[in-house]
Amino acid sequence: MPKDSGIGASTKRREDVRFLSGKGVYTDDLNLRGQTYAVMVRSSVAHGKIVSIDTTAAEGMPGVVAVFTGEDFKDVGGNPAGWLINSRNGEPMREPKRPVLAHGKVRHVGDAYAAVIAETYQQAKDAAEQLAADTEIEELPAIVDMAAALADSSNRVHDEIPDNQCFDWGWIEDNRAAVDAAIKNAPHVTTLELVNNRLVPNAMEPRASIGEYFPGTGDYKLTTTSQNPHLTRLLIAAFVMGIPENKLTVVAPDVGGGFGSKIYHYGEEAVVLAAAKKLGRPVRWTAERSESFLSDAHGRDHVTKIELASDLEGNFIAFRTETLANVGAYLSNFSTATPTFLHGTLMAGPYKVPNVYVNVKTVFTNTAPVDAYRGAGRPEATYSLERVIDKMCRELNLDPFEVRRKNFITTDMFPYTTPVGLPYDTGDYHATLDKAMEIGDVAGFASRRAASAAKGKLRGMGLSTWIEACGIAPSHLVGVLGSRVGLYDAATVRVNATGNISVMVGAHSHGQGHETVFPQIVAEKLGVPESSVEIVHGDTSKIPFGMGSYGSRSLAVCGVAVTKAIDKIVAKGKKIAAHMLEASEEDISFADGKFSVAGTDKAKSFGEIAFSAYVPHNYPLETLEPGLEETAFYDPGNFTYPAGAYICEVEVDPETGKVEVCSFTCADDFGNVMNPMIVDGQVHGGVGQGIGQALLENTSYDENGQLLTGSYMDYAMPRASDVPFYKVDYSCQTPCTHNPLGVKGCGEAGAIGSPPAVVNAVIDALHSGGHTHVKHIDMPVSPSRVWSAING
Amino acid sequence: MKVSITVNGKAVSGEIEGRTLLVQFLREGLGLTGTHVGCDTSQCGACVVHVNGKAVKSCTAFAADLEGAKITTIEGMNNADGSLGTVQQAFQDHHGLQCGFCTPGMVMSSAALLAENPKPSEDEIRHYLEGNICRCTGYHNIVKAVLAASGQDADQIAAE
Amino acid sequence: MHNFEFVKPSSVADAVAALKDEDALALSGGQTLMPTMKQRLAAPSKLVSLTGIAEMQGVRQSGGVLEIGAATPHAVVAREAAAVYPALAALAGGIGDPAVRNVGTIGGSLANNDPAACYPSAALASGATIVTNAREIAADDFFQGLFSTALEEGEIITAVRFPIPQKAAYAKFEQPASRFALTGAFVAKYAGGVRVAITGASEDGVFRWSEGEAALSSNFSPAALSGLSVSADGMMGDLHGTPAYRANLVKVMTQRAVAAAS
Repeated sequence: MPKDSGIGASTKRREDVRFLSGKGVYTDDLNLRGQTYAVMVRSSVAHGKIVSIDTTAAEGMPGVVAVFTGEDFKDVGGNPAGWLINSRNGEPMREPKRPVLAHGKVRHVGDAYAAVIAETYQQAKDAAEQLAADTEIEELPAIVDMAAALADSSNRVHDEIPDNQCFDWGWIEDNRAAVDAAIKNAPHVTTLELVNNRLVPNAMEPRASIGEYFPGTGDYKLTTTSQNPHLTRLLIAAFVMGIPENKLTVVAPDVGGGFGSKIYHYGEEAVVLAAAKKLGRPVRWTAERSESFLSDAHGRDHVTKIELASDLEGNFIAFRTETLANVGAYLSNFSTATPTFLHGTLMAGPYKVPNVYVNVKTVFTNTAPVDAYRGAGRPEATYSLERVIDKMCRELNLDPFEVRRKNFITTDMFPYTTPVGLPYDTGDYHATLDKAMEIGDVAGFASRRAASAAKGKLRGMGLSTWIEACGIAPSHLVGVLGSRVGLYDAATVRVNATGNISVMVGAHSHGQGHETVFPQIVAEKLGVPESSVEIVHGDTSKIPFGMGSYGSRSLAVCGVAVTKAIDKIVAKGKKIAAHMLEASEEDISFADGKFSVAGTDKAKSFGEIAFSAYVPHNYPLETLEPGLEETAFYDPGNFTYPAGAYICEVEVDPETGKVEVCSFTCADDFGNVMNPMIVDGQVHGGVGQGIGQALLENTSYDENGQLLTGSYMDYAMPRASDVPFYKVDYSCQTPCTHNPLGVKGCGEAGAIGSPPAVVNAVIDALHSGGHTHVKHIDMPVSPSRVWSAING
Repeated sequence: MKVSITVNGKAVSGEIEGRTLLVQFLREGLGLTGTHVGCDTSQCGACVVHVNGKAVKSCTAFAADLEGAKITTIEGMNNADGSLGTVQQAFQDHHGLQCGFCTPGMVMSSAALLAENPKPSEDEIRHYLEGNICRCTGYHNIVKAVLAASGQDADQIAAE
Repeated sequence: MHNFEFVKPSSVADAVAALKDEDALALSGGQTLMPTMKQRLAAPSKLVSLTGIAEMQGVRQSGGVLEIGAATPHAVVAREAAAVYPALAALAGGIGDPAVRNVGTIGGSLANNDPAACYPSAALASGATIVTNAREIAADDFFQGLFSTALEEGEIITAVRFPIPQKAAYAKFEQPASRFALTGAFVAKYAGGVRVAITGASEDGVFRWSEGEAALSSNFSPAALSGLSVSADGMMGDLHGTPAYRANLVKVMTQRAVAAAS
């Protein structure tokens, strides 16, 4: 019987009521007295020298109240990279300054070099058009192709970086010779060159920011579309503008999706703050979708050669990869971590392979910055592994299910440290594979294939067995790996005098359902109704601290901080109860919302204890402070390691090359599950995005650095008719061993595991139709590409 | 120029420019910010409202062209007592939304579908929602919600 | 978007008069024009809405001809033409998405002549007559390449007359992002022969596939096209499909339309 409340219940989301009634409050929904409108002036060329900007005409246009250019920000700090990565030769990465507004040069189409503030949006837009006309930019040759960028030092994205390389990273460099030798001596080596296609995150709410300045106190307020308001405050305060944190409040209200793209601090946030101070009026900016395409941080964009060495029975001996990873024109905040420690460290997969070596060269190009997008590095690792394994199976005529099975790390091997350095705490990869095969009805595939053939369609089945490291933390590990911040989280549990509870959490909810799930945990732990618990998030003036939501970390890090704070509440409650019940503290137990004296029927309810803490007439004031509010910071001991097996079935229309996803099966291990309904939704969404990457989404720049896919007219977003109902299961649970909730995280799983399953299925379909010359098709596996591969 | 229309059953009029989009009139003129703008090429569907009972993208309609029209927005979909209407309730019951940004348009399109076709098939739902993009849900629970709102057994259909 | 004067006349004569102003443009649904204006790629000084003109609305059958008022939305055509000319109704019911179909009009689509739009293929394959405020234009003379038609400045389409075929069907392969036709084939069989019009494929916009017509006129079956091959010369090539791919789709989509019509 499923629970109807507390941990493990599919509690319906309370936040839905406001979203479904049109009562959500997103940044652009705010309407402030005296507000002005900012419009960014963006480069129309990919690479150019700013010769002159004449602001005179724009400044004189109706309604214009201020114009800013890069010159106005040239003396403030740059927007930094959050991770320092060293090259193989020990040199630190190259870190060019990322200015608030481009200064001297523009480096990608959409690079903002000026901002116009006016009384109305249309006036600002008109003046921005004028300013663009009054700007002279000397166009330089665009650097778009990564290999060419590395080879040609005469053309530079940043003048001080001769070969356009940010770093050349080896992981683990000391193992390189051994890996090389293992591959050289192996009975079989499968090689695959592939592209992990660049994606535009496309959260449905475009980025928006509103700056306010309060001259009476000198305080600033930034309302912005952020996944992590504290991190944004930290970056603006410590690096970019030098506003002390205690004079800057950052609020992220309802946020319409992020998927990584709203982790980062963007220049527009600094512009609206500076302009608000200058004008003494609120300044608002909202991106048009076309601007989002040009200026949001993109995702993926790896070109990889992977080799898999094995024996002839398919036992893995070694993986070796060489990857070029595009960072775009500037380093976005997580951009150096994504292709390295979120990618290279996963390159052993769930397999007991003894030798792994990863080389990643990151390259500056005249394209939008590239950073973490749902999965961030782990989808790239999984795609490379699962595609090359599939190719090996074809080359050696081996069953892809059996090959995974014989190479999996077995349950008796945990804890298990991989050759790329991650200490996996627990898992059961055979169990999830068995479960996927069962619910995906692998046994019945042959008859489904025959039915498809009768319709003239080629049916294929693809497998992907994935693992990730998430619950992004712990500080001691990420510090070793180059992170410049800690990755803990924080929560305050405030029990109010009449017993209701406010919980201030560092994790930000922009679709994940924290407002519903965190109360389930609190209610379960404190024995109170879920409805008496309210979550406060997204406001740096109200919450203790937080590193935000990304890397499937909300529950595994912040959720645990909540439970730690609850533990403190219970501990204090026991002291109060002991006093009130005239018992010794050791004899007080807490269960079902009651503090009881062992062996007696004496008890105080949670509400009575809370009331006593705020009305301390009968209270141990000499030893205990009044009030009932506790804060906990939690920094876990390890990443968490969700894993699973995905099976995709497709039908390919050989005449048109169109691929239809007929079924998609997920068997995941997320450890313990707090709200199954929400876990289902997270997996669905991730798989939808993964199918999008595999079949539809293509971010294409031409040789001049113009974005060819800059709107939904050319960037193919997955729609309802592109995807099937998914089969989702997470009944195989090996709880995380190092957090008290036993949770692992589920937000990115779908996007990590699904793309190779889709592509493997397409290749399988083509082979079944006799098109055995097709070894690989790069994503997106579009109809045109499939048809060309068949007929090529 | 001036436009007079009926929004959620209430007669309203306002001063507009020729270029004022319906969505601007709703959001900025009337403060009805439940209708969202997610793109500038008339594709994402976050701005869908009903104009004289038909689904229309309010980012691609001039307010001036709608003199006398009857508009329904997401704010007009709740029951008279403020509770969620049938389609809205089905979205909550089936977790058909996550970040909530595309949701108003999804609900308005779904309601328009059910007005035309009270018992749509899975395939009909998926095609009808072609002009509404959701990045969060992978559409699974949206389609289930619409099936449920039409009185069909969504769990069983999704499992088949 | 730049500002403009907005007018909504109630008669064709008033609309024609309003369009005499320099930089005035007709607005007939605006599902393409408005995004273009948002990008500031079009900046008319005056917009003349055609959707308030009663005589330009509606679907009427007269003998063997189906006449559609130019300001009739796609959704209305999809509904009201279904019994008389189901292939045309199905085409209208597949344009864009439901919200676009409630607003976009046949006249707007034909006047714009987007090379990937659906309606031009129906008009051309049906040998339709484009009726304007000034004259009647045969579809064969109307479409003149990408976004180009025989319409004069200020001339507006008031109705389109489709001879009703014995059999017809439209098969569209959608561009995955825009859902416009990557290639669409409209096949219409008349007593005098078969007409095949292809949209989405050619660099010159909608065109009649004469080899296909000849083959189908003697044998109206998908097999009649099997031996034909379509040249990739002059086909569009972009991210979504190479010229060779589109050339393949011309044949495949035509075959599928024939199969659906048979």
